[in-house]
Amino acid sequence: MTTPHAQQASGALPHEPEKATLEGRNKVLGFWLFLGGEAVLFGTLFATFLTLRNQVADGPSASELFSLPITAAATFILLISSLTSVFAIQAMHRGNRTSLARWLGITVVLGLAFLVLEIYEFTEYIVHDDYGMTTSAFSSAFYTLVGFHGAHVLFGILWISILIGQLFKKGLTVVTAPKVYVSAMYWHFIDVVWVFIFTVVYLLGKVVG
Amino acid sequence: MAHAHSVKRHKGLMDWLTTVDHKKIAILYLIAGGLFFGIGGIEALLIRVQLAKPMNDFVTAQQFNELITMHGTTMIFLGVMPVIFALMNAVVPLQIGARDVAFPFLNSLGFWTFLFGGLLLNLSWVMGGAPDAGWTSYTPLSSTTYSLTHGVDFYTIGLQIAGLGTLIGGINFLATIITMRAPGMSFMRMPMFTWTSFVTSAMILFAFPAVTVGLVLLSFDRILGANFFNVEAGGNPVLWQHIFWIFGHPEVYILILPAFGVISEVVSTFSRKRLFGYSSMVFATILIAFLGFMVWAHHMFTTGMGPVANALFSIATMLIAVPTGIKIFNWLFTMWGGQIRFTTANLFAAGFIPTFVMGGVTGVMLASAPADYQYHDTYFVVAHFHYVIVGGLVLGLFAGLHYWWPKMFGRVLNEGLGKVEFWTFIIGFHLTFFVQHFLGLIGMQRRVFTYLPNQGFDLMNLISTIGAFLMGVGVIIFLVNVAISFKQPKGVAGDVWEDGRTLEWAIPSPPPEYNFKQTPLVRGIDAFWKEKMAGNTEMTPAEPVGPIHMPSPTILPFVMSVGLFIAGLGFMFTSDDFGNSLLNFLFSNYIITGIGLAITFGSMLLRSLYDDHGWHIEPEEMNDKGVKA
Repeated sequence: MTTPHAQQASGALPHEPEKATLEGRNKVLGFWLFLGGEAVLFGTLFATFLTLRNQVADGPSASELFSLPITAAATFILLISSLTSVFAIQAMHRGNRTSLARWLGITVVLGLAFLVLEIYEFTEYIVHDDYGMTTSAFSSAFYTLVGFHGAHVLFGILWISILIGQLFKKGLTVVTAPKVYVSAMYWHFIDVVWVFIFTVVYLLGKVVG
Repeated sequence: MAHAHSVKRHKGLMDWLTTVDHKKIAILYLIAGGLFFGIGGIEALLIRVQLAKPMNDFVTAQQFNELITMHGTTMIFLGVMPVIFALMNAVVPLQIGARDVAFPFLNSLGFWTFLFGGLLLNLSWVMGGAPDAGWTSYTPLSSTTYSLTHGVDFYTIGLQIAGLGTLIGGINFLATIITMRAPGMSFMRMPMFTWTSFVTSAMILFAFPAVTVGLVLLSFDRILGANFFNVEAGGNPVLWQHIFWIFGHPEVYILILPAFGVISEVVSTFSRKRLFGYSSMVFATILIAFLGFMVWAHHMFTTGMGPVANALFSIATMLIAVPTGIKIFNWLFTMWGGQIRFTTANLFAAGFIPTFVMGGVTGVMLASAPADYQYHDTYFVVAHFHYVIVGGLVLGLFAGLHYWWPKMFGRVLNEGLGKVEFWTFIIGFHLTFFVQHFLGLIGMQRRVFTYLPNQGFDLMNLISTIGAFLMGVGVIIFLVNVAISFKQPKGVAGDVWEDGRTLEWAIPSPPPEYNFKQTPLVRGIDAFWKEKMAGNTEMTPAEPVGPIHMPSPTILPFVMSVGLFIAGLGFMFTSDDFGNSLLNFLFSNYIITGIGLAITFGSMLLRSLYDDHGWHIEPEEMNDKGVKA
């Protein structure tokens, strides 16, 4: 446990490198604000989905369409990835770059696994069930809400991958640390959004109907 | 990329394309906003010419629909919003004693995305027809069934891009005001304009994502064949109304709050008195913002939400009159017993108060749901919202421009010409819109392109048109005044009104690139006034003189916005037949969209990979003349 102090004494890196500079603090605050806006964005998408949830027209309903095992697995994977991103930030606070990069790498792999499951699910609906964006109001709302989340996951995967590269090239500094920190905030956010999607879209659709 | 202590300084056009200096971005916002304001104004005059006499055929019904749609959309999103951002950029960092905003790069990005979104929207005039479903773009009128051109697509995509810029600007100012205040500048010592900018930014943050989603849904309906608002496939048109107004109503408070801030500064300065009831003013601002999110459905009383919803939204709407009334009385009590100087800025502020009260009174009338069934969609509503937006906001913006013009440009606007401008504009304004109350009450519907003679509409419409041209003359006088001001040499006194109260008057006009040579120490409300009353001529510094760190200029925000512009155009025309196999291939396979997004995300990547270390201004490079603190 003496590592952070030893580092500070040698002038290497402060304990919370993401908040060591004004730029870093601004970045973290600005990102919280951005997530506030994102919350409204997804809130509006959820409101839309809830309004149109039973408007299936001639298409299949939620309970006919969804298969819980796949989405439950996806949920499990994404929740674990949130945990690994916490481990990454803990490694950053210990000043351990290798461990940080490793945990970020595992987060990315889990994110990819989630995305593969989602793409598989969408292809099943589109190819096998002939169920697309234009089928019904419910299908439009479903693809838009879940697709927006999926696009966020994809963006997060690319972002964190680039940050891993920067960690190796530039090292863990007061410049790179805030970037890693806000990417972890982002990752938690899309994880929380998914928890709501799993509940409102899948559980409500499958169980309540 | 940039090394510390040395950076490539751009000149001329490149300087403006790459600047991250909030003072220059303010000028860019002002030019772009002024341009769109002019376009929106010309559209307004064309509307008034068409309505000047009954059964006029100056424009066709379709052109009229396009004109009213573009007039409303342009004025709200592209005219007054950027002028508000111009004032916020020019003034807020100075008022809090900061050297820059929290995110200079984002500041630039916000401007360029707004500009390219606005350009995209206005391209519709020359690319097959402007949007024609009203600025509210209600479904199903805005669906592909009833709106056949690409107009509404330009609306959805253009506003998404422009709205992104506004959202970025809002986040930037929130962070700036939270973290960049000078030592001693507590929240309850912030100037009123900074307070209203802060609250407006918070409203932008929570209102704009909602409309972005609405616009995405509408564009998916129109371009991808989704069914959000298509009743045949289970869609719900009322959903659009809710999403639009849950943004749209906060938006009107987003617009008016900064004007409240301007009026507070101007009235207090030119009364040589501290703002009356500062704390209640702050409280009222926050309360208006809070209530502003609770009243959106008062735009939908006639949609059929039922008596309970109508009653609740009716009461909530009337409640807003309370904090607004607090503000009106605070301004009056600030002037009461003050040594009032009626400069042009103060004339606009004094003209604002009764005009805005009239708009507020009709607002309370409209808030009464049963009565609204009579007023709804008549010229009474048109008169109401022009009284609050033109009579409120635009008068406030003119007050602010005349007040801060010397600070922004180092030159004063001519006072004599300014007074002619004020009287022309305000008389023209009341001529235009006062009669519209009565036009509405006797039954003239809004959004009709013509009317039959001898219904009692003829004379009042003619008066309204004459008034509109008088307002146009007022704006032209302002432009002449601006042109004349640029004949003067630069560099008026820092405290040009001699009664400056806040920090921006403690530094030269225009301010140096780094604003404050030494960060000032703030010792109370109206920090500069307090120092002057203590016998000091300048602020007490809070730090020794040292090198000042500056962010590097960058072209990336411009490039990112161009990318979004290309992607937007590409997405809009995916299902068009160009009669050219190559173009068809590029558009229908989303290749153009992909190229645009690649440019944007590629620039983001570059921004992430190459860290900006900025550069430093050394103390010996600083102009010593009067820039202490």
